[in-house]
Amino acid sequence: MKWLFPILSIITAILLAYALYEALVVAPTDALQGDVYRIIYYHVPSAWTAFLLFFINFVASITYLIGCKPKADILALVSAEVGVVFCTVVLVTGPIWARPVWGIWWAPGDIRLTSTLVLWLIYVSYLVLRRFSTSAQTQILAAALAVFGALDVPLVYFSIWFFRTQHPQPVIGGGGSIDPRMLHVLLLNWLAFLCFAFLVCWSRYRLEVLHREVEEAHAMESLAGGAPANASLPPDRSSR
Amino acid sequence: MKSLWAVTLATLEKDIRLEWRSKDALNSMLFFSLLVVVIFAFAFDPLAEESRQIAGGLIWVAFLFAAVVALNQTWARELRNQVLDAYRVSPAPANALFLAKALGNFIFVSVLEALMAPLFVVFYNLHVLGPAWQLIPIAILGTWALVVNGTFFAAISLRTRSREIMLPLLLFPISIPAVLGMVAGTTAVLTGDNPAHFYIVLLLTYDVVFTTACLALFETVLHAE
Amino acid sequence: MNAIKFLFAAYIATWVIHAFYLGTLVRRFSRLRQQLKELGRK
Repeated sequence: MKWLFPILSIITAILLAYALYEALVVAPTDALQGDVYRIIYYHVPSAWTAFLLFFINFVASITYLIGCKPKADILALVSAEVGVVFCTVVLVTGPIWARPVWGIWWAPGDIRLTSTLVLWLIYVSYLVLRRFSTSAQTQILAAALAVFGALDVPLVYFSIWFFRTQHPQPVIGGGGSIDPRMLHVLLLNWLAFLCFAFLVCWSRYRLEVLHREVEEAHAMESLAGGAPANASLPPDRSSR
Repeated sequence: MKSLWAVTLATLEKDIRLEWRSKDALNSMLFFSLLVVVIFAFAFDPLAEESRQIAGGLIWVAFLFAAVVALNQTWARELRNQVLDAYRVSPAPANALFLAKALGNFIFVSVLEALMAPLFVVFYNLHVLGPAWQLIPIAILGTWALVVNGTFFAAISLRTRSREIMLPLLLFPISIPAVLGMVAGTTAVLTGDNPAHFYIVLLLTYDVVFTTACLALFETVLHAE
Repeated sequence: MNAIKFLFAAYIATWVIHAFYLGTLVRRFSRLRQQLKELGRK
């Protein structure tokens, strides 16, 4: 099992490099936007990955609310954190793409970027709650918040959609069918980023497990009153 | 069901009576609301035509801030004297407590809005170009949207550091669709440019979804230590 | 061409963000391993 992580890392690195090559060199130049459009190969896969991670957070949170399994809670935390990272990438690359193409950094009626911003805000508030909560049952409170956030997502989308139909905004070139060669490169980059996201989540998961073990060890130590070494580390994990 | 409403109304009545007797929060909130309107009047210079376009946003941002200040002290009284613990062990349904608090906040914030709205009309020389009656469902549904989630998140924030900042931090992102509905709906009615029907439906949907979610999850939150 | 600057800015920004996050993970890992070592020593 120990060798699995390094091997997957190497495969992912190769995949990312190859996907980058395809994005910059192989994919055809866009008729309207020129080469700047290639930002799409990082912007869109990051968005899809972020949405997938937030969906995983929703499922994990509900699982935790029903069954209170610690693993579900760790998965919820991990997917939210990594999801926020990918969402940040979307929100940074979006305006960088918009500026040369539309001439403006941000259009409030652009439904995709605006909904992504709201999504980012919701999950950042989720992470803030987890950090600032002093309750012994932070996990439950956070899971409740995650459910609220997920319920909000379709409402966010439709509210902005209707607002936009009443207040016409600049339309991003991207409605309509996409060239199959571009689609191929897009999916390839998504696959590469999914592997990358998986590895990051796996690392974060292990970090969290280690963190909880250390906390429990500290707690045992203070319970035992700073007693000898064999009392400080829990004997095995199977009691969870 | 009967017992739920009985407990809710009893709790609500108690809260209103307590509030009316001390009038602490009420008086300071009233003055705070007035201050907010005046500050906005200085910050956003109201010339007739533009003011109708931005008034919807200004009014609801002002209401939002007043609501947050009101919501922050929702559970303050219960925390003192360990009333919350008493609720946890009592056979009364947890939802009764939540509904009572939410309704109390709703009444409270509505009173503030009823006070601030005429002030806005005066300072901004507003007159309504669209169907004015539509402002009533927008106000009711919008206020409930803020209050129902606000009461819930106030309960969650009880067990956090920086309690006062945690409430708006949790409330604002999730309220964005509702705020958009309130602001765009109010602007639509004030300017008469667009129909406000969709925004009213949006607010109604938002209220139904989140009232259900709050009622479903409040007991869990109440028992979280 | 001016627009190409934006393309590279976007790609570099992406990896800067990821590198920053991975950096925080690495830092927390080493700190935890340090704490574990101290606990084992006691």
